[in-house]
Amino acid sequence: MGAKDGPLGGGWSGWLQDQARRAETPVLRAFYERFPADAGQPVGQTPLVALDLETSGLDPRRHAILSIGLVPFDLNAINIARRRYWILRPPRGFSGESVAYHHITHADTEQAPDFAEILPDLLDALAGRLPVVHYHPIERGFLERAVHQRGLGTFRFPVIDTMAIEARRYRQRWRMGLRRLLGKAPTSIRLNDSRARYHLPAYEGHQAVIDATGTAELLQAQIQHHYRSSTAVGDLWV
Amino acid sequence: MDPELLEIRRHLGAYPPFDALSDELLDEVAENIEISYYRAGSQILAANQSIESLCYVRSGAVEVYRRTGDLFDRLGEGSIFGHYGLLRGRRVHYPAVAIEDTLIYAIPVAVFDHLCEADDDFADFVELGRPRLEAAVETQRRGNDLMTTRVRKLVTRAPLIAESSETAREAALRLADEPAAALLVVEASGDDPRYTYADAEGALWQVRGILTDADFRARVVAAGLSADTPVGEIVSDRLVAVQSDETVQEAMLTMLRHNVHHLAVVHRRRPIGLIRLEDVVRYETQSSLYLIDSIFSQDTPAGLATLLPDVRTSAVRMIRDGADSRTVSTALSSIGRSFVRRLLELAEAELGPAPVPYAFMAMGSMARSEQTLVTDQDNALVLDDRFDPQRHDDYFQTLAQRVSDGLDACGYGYCKGGIMATNSRWRQPLAVWKHYFRSWIEQPNPERLLHSNIFFDLDNVHGEERFIEALQELVATEAGRSRAFLAAMSRNALNRTPPIGFFRDFVMEKDGRQNNSINVKRRGTAPLTDLIRIHALACGSRAQNSFERLSDIAETQLLGPGVTDRLSYALEILSMTRLRHQAIDIEQEQEPDNNIEPENVPAKERADIKEAFRALSQAQKFLRFRYPMPAGGVRAGRAG
Repeated sequence: MGAKDGPLGGGWSGWLQDQARRAETPVLRAFYERFPADAGQPVGQTPLVALDLETSGLDPRRHAILSIGLVPFDLNAINIARRRYWILRPPRGFSGESVAYHHITHADTEQAPDFAEILPDLLDALAGRLPVVHYHPIERGFLERAVHQRGLGTFRFPVIDTMAIEARRYRQRWRMGLRRLLGKAPTSIRLNDSRARYHLPAYEGHQAVIDATGTAELLQAQIQHHYRSSTAVGDLWV
Repeated sequence: MDPELLEIRRHLGAYPPFDALSDELLDEVAENIEISYYRAGSQILAANQSIESLCYVRSGAVEVYRRTGDLFDRLGEGSIFGHYGLLRGRRVHYPAVAIEDTLIYAIPVAVFDHLCEADDDFADFVELGRPRLEAAVETQRRGNDLMTTRVRKLVTRAPLIAESSETAREAALRLADEPAAALLVVEASGDDPRYTYADAEGALWQVRGILTDADFRARVVAAGLSADTPVGEIVSDRLVAVQSDETVQEAMLTMLRHNVHHLAVVHRRRPIGLIRLEDVVRYETQSSLYLIDSIFSQDTPAGLATLLPDVRTSAVRMIRDGADSRTVSTALSSIGRSFVRRLLELAEAELGPAPVPYAFMAMGSMARSEQTLVTDQDNALVLDDRFDPQRHDDYFQTLAQRVSDGLDACGYGYCKGGIMATNSRWRQPLAVWKHYFRSWIEQPNPERLLHSNIFFDLDNVHGEERFIEALQELVATEAGRSRAFLAAMSRNALNRTPPIGFFRDFVMEKDGRQNNSINVKRRGTAPLTDLIRIHALACGSRAQNSFERLSDIAETQLLGPGVTDRLSYALEILSMTRLRHQAIDIEQEQEPDNNIEPENVPAKERADIKEAFRALSQAQKFLRFRYPMPAGGVRAGRAG
């Protein structure tokens, strides 16, 4: 499967090597250098980090990141003690669209740092780990945009997307067609619906750390049910 | 607390032992967990592997095994495992397997150690130091001291309230429909803040006083006032009230001090009810002492039968007030004995004095002073050796029949096994009884003893004490010396075994089967008292009560150190569970029984009951080993 929406040509491994050479800022260079870039490495031997962004909307050009949550983990354990959470001050006038949804208020964000201020800490927390997200266009689009907007360079890297893994199993064309034929709605691959298929408990709310934790649990379940710990990361990342 | 961990914290905080942790400690747990997913069928802990954390089942189900491969426990959401291993060399003690897709929260050993150190209840729960059962009984006792009955318990309904402008006629009409016979007079404007309260709508009222039936007589009719007089002009401006958290006794003293028969019960300043002297007296008279007194003042068996509801109410109250099982069961046994004595007195008054001396003997739970609210009658007559069936038996048969029928009417059903003095086999002279006991002890076999082990709990209820003492003496000196007898009794005591515990809302059996309810007598207290009886006989104890027997056993080297304590705690837990569930049955207006349904057992109690079952199970294993069937069959004689 490889890097479908990743860089054209050499795939993610080549892209990461290239970025490590070309990165404009030392922190980004260090990030690319330490990134687990070997597509053949077994996922069971790869340090992972579950990442979740809360944003004020779905469009990286118009909306802002409100908070970032992450939890380091591997296939054996999710390390809650090393979780990180940042509330951010949005750069432009922030419409407050999804305030109720996220429980983040203007008062919270007014005092909060700008993305540029937390970037070193964020890169530090991600260092040496392969990020895992649920529905990667959000994380990829918003993070790339936030770094670029502040003139800090290119920020794009492979991630494991638990939603994409679900989509491969439940949204294949023949399967969808069959369900339509049988008059059934397409299988939901939203986080809590996907989790329920593996008998994972429903988590309430959409707090970034809890969603990241929920994503990490989902990946552990998906690997145990459909893959092996020896599966190469290159077969999983997008 | 970080809001991002609320989800985790809330879940942990709903299950023991985490539910009793301080906020700080609970935060510490939530902040440090490691989460792992296990697909159904995968191993979570393997034997002898090193263990670094306490496991908490967030979702799914886990089975824990003994090293022998036997099922040790089945655990659902909110259960913990791995603590045995953490406390014993940090090696897995009991291997664990996910039987459903399972999410585990692992609590690192450093946090576990800190919890054990900082929170005694947590340490007790995981059995560090003090054994679990001891801690459970202790906690139950601690609750006890705080449990004085508050006067609010006597308040059954909100008070009738009349505004001071209401006429005497209107107020009297409202009272006529009510059993209360008193109402509270209030007025809207008042200047005394001590008597001012706000009602549900926020309006302010001042309480003037209580108007009773007697006031209408004395202050309206006798004083020649018109029925249209406003109640405000009748009521005396003297409110006598108690706070709702005062004790019943304090309420009674207040009435006596002010010479009133009605009392307002207030919460802060808001009136929540009116109580009458009769309420207080009735409450006080539900005590067992009063009950025994009223048993002896009944003149007919039918009169005695009317006391059954009082017996139940009195026991339920003791249970609810937090009395321990010994207190409740001793009271119930005293009540039971009083019924027997009174029935015998009434029968003798009618039939004349007995032709030869006799003793009325109780067996089973009454002899042990371990009665509950579900009990049948097990009794017998031990007669003087001058007894001549031709001349005397008509009298004793009639006597036995009167008692047996009377007891049945009072709620002590006939014994299904026919162990009653109405059965001529159990209505015999002392010499025959001695022969019975010798033949049980000297020619034992499990089948014969199956229905006679009940005779080895025996006590006098009425009549010639010395007859019963002679039998107790015989049993105490001879039973313990017959290895074959102890072995046969032991074999019978192992017929009934406890389950493993609970899983979700089911009772878990050793073979993994699940049931909806469990008979806690058959599977708990009965096999436990059976095995205590055997050890007591083996060491020559004359005690009948199981707790007293355990004290006697503890003075010998028969059981290992701490074992008798453990059994005594287990018996207390199981007996209290049985009583508590009978109280639930009565409160729900059902006939009480010995069944408990897991859904009525709170999580904390489940863990204690499971531990009590475990203690019973271990003790049964030891019994089998300690009193083996002698080689050469069951007819072997004395060991000497």
